Amino acid sequence: MDIVILGLPMMYYIAMVAKVLVAFVFVLLTVAYATYAERKIIGHMQVRLGPMRTGWHGLLQPIADGVKLFFKEEIVPSQASTFAFLIAPLIALVPAFITFAVIPFGGVIEVAGYKIPLQIASYVDMASGKVYDINVGVLYILAMSSLGVYGIVLAGWASNSKYSLLGGLRASAQMISYELSAGLAIVSVFMLSGTLSMNEIVNLQSGMGGFEWYAFKQPLAFIMFFICSIAEINRTPFDLPEAETELVSGFCTEYSSMKYAMFFMAEYANMVTVCALTTTLFLGGWNGPLATTFTLLGPVYFVAKVYFLMFFCMWLRATVPRYRYDQLMHIGWKVFIPLGLINIVVTGIWNYLI
Amino acid sequence: MLGAYLPILLLVIVAIGFGLVSLVMSSLIGPKKFSVLKMSPYESGCEPVGTGQERFSIKFYLIAMLFILFDIEAVFLYPWAILYKKLGMFGLIEMGIFIVILFVGYIYVWKKGALEWE
Repeated sequence: MDIVILGLPMMYYIAMVAKVLVAFVFVLLTVAYATYAERKIIGHMQVRLGPMRTGWHGLLQPIADGVKLFFKEEIVPSQASTFAFLIAPLIALVPAFITFAVIPFGGVIEVAGYKIPLQIASYVDMASGKVYDINVGVLYILAMSSLGVYGIVLAGWASNSKYSLLGGLRASAQMISYELSAGLAIVSVFMLSGTLSMNEIVNLQSGMGGFEWYAFKQPLAFIMFFICSIAEINRTPFDLPEAETELVSGFCTEYSSMKYAMFFMAEYANMVTVCALTTTLFLGGWNGPLATTFTLLGPVYFVAKVYFLMFFCMWLRATVPRYRYDQLMHIGWKVFIPLGLINIVVTGIWNYLI
Repeated sequence: MLGAYLPILLLVIVAIGFGLVSLVMSSLIGPKKFSVLKMSPYESGCEPVGTGQERFSIKFYLIAMLFILFDIEAVFLYPWAILYKKLGMFGLIEMGIFIVILFVGYIYVWKKGALEWE
């Protein structure tokens, strides 16, 4: 028990591996069942049943889909740039999964006398008992989520197909535009919090039975950030890069088998991360009634909030028609950027006066 | 500090490993039947005309350039937002001037028609 590697006790490494595996499997399972939930929810919203045949009410459908895609033929178009074509799905998938590292999904639990904070990239210092996490957590998320653009652009370009190229270009322009507005929207949150550490941002929202949530203090930033995030991950109503009526399947037209599945997983993993980030920044993270007393309740509240936001994304898809491309750029550049700047100025003056 | 960053490294390794393994496994397991038509790029069933990597609208370059400019401005706002409460009136006025300059540039871009998509 007293083995120390790089100045950290053995329990730290065990906890680290456990946390990474649990979070990874959680995201993977959520991604798999988000596809099922989406088909089921939209089905019922359109007075259909959705998948019903595979297992009880279609519960085994994601597994059947996965197995099917796994055994499909891998097609690399003869004119494609082979290396870029093969590496693009990986570049899209990996950032989608690793952004989850800095999101706190619970308080500090105690296992065998060792305190473990429920956040992948953090630990408790044994001597001082303080929780240390990455103090630039939000910057890390912004950096990693912009890496995902490379995978999509590369996929569109390397396929050497006209539909793919158009899809990739649309995706890049859309993602960078909305990343900008999302980045401006959350500045006002940091003006209130005074830190970029995700853990502290959650702790600052713990008081007053939920009325300390930044969603109440910064409602405009909350709405703007959530809309921009949905646009950034190419979800309906902003799914122009994959607009099937115009572009077949956009940047993944030429992809098949597991490589196609990886783009799909990246999209849903991005949805999980964005919903988790919105929960952390605006909806109090894992805070909830009795969450500080019974620490195991923290993850339950966190997952409930994330799943509610994901349900909201699917609800949007069933309700709202797709944007036109000039409207999409119009709302991103001409509405959200000035609104974000004005929000920053108003927040600054307001807080100074009070 | 190291303790907070090591798990990220592990997560990156797990994610890359998962991706690589599933890519390699599926390409080993899946069938392989070569045919010229199957390997040609999709163009609604017609013979592909020309290359797929053609010239595209200048708008996309413009958006990319504007993104870099404005994103750097946005990144300048982050350190100020963190220290905003400590800086007091001085920081508020200074950042007000910065945002006004940013806004002038933004209006210039708008009036020049760089944000139009017709």
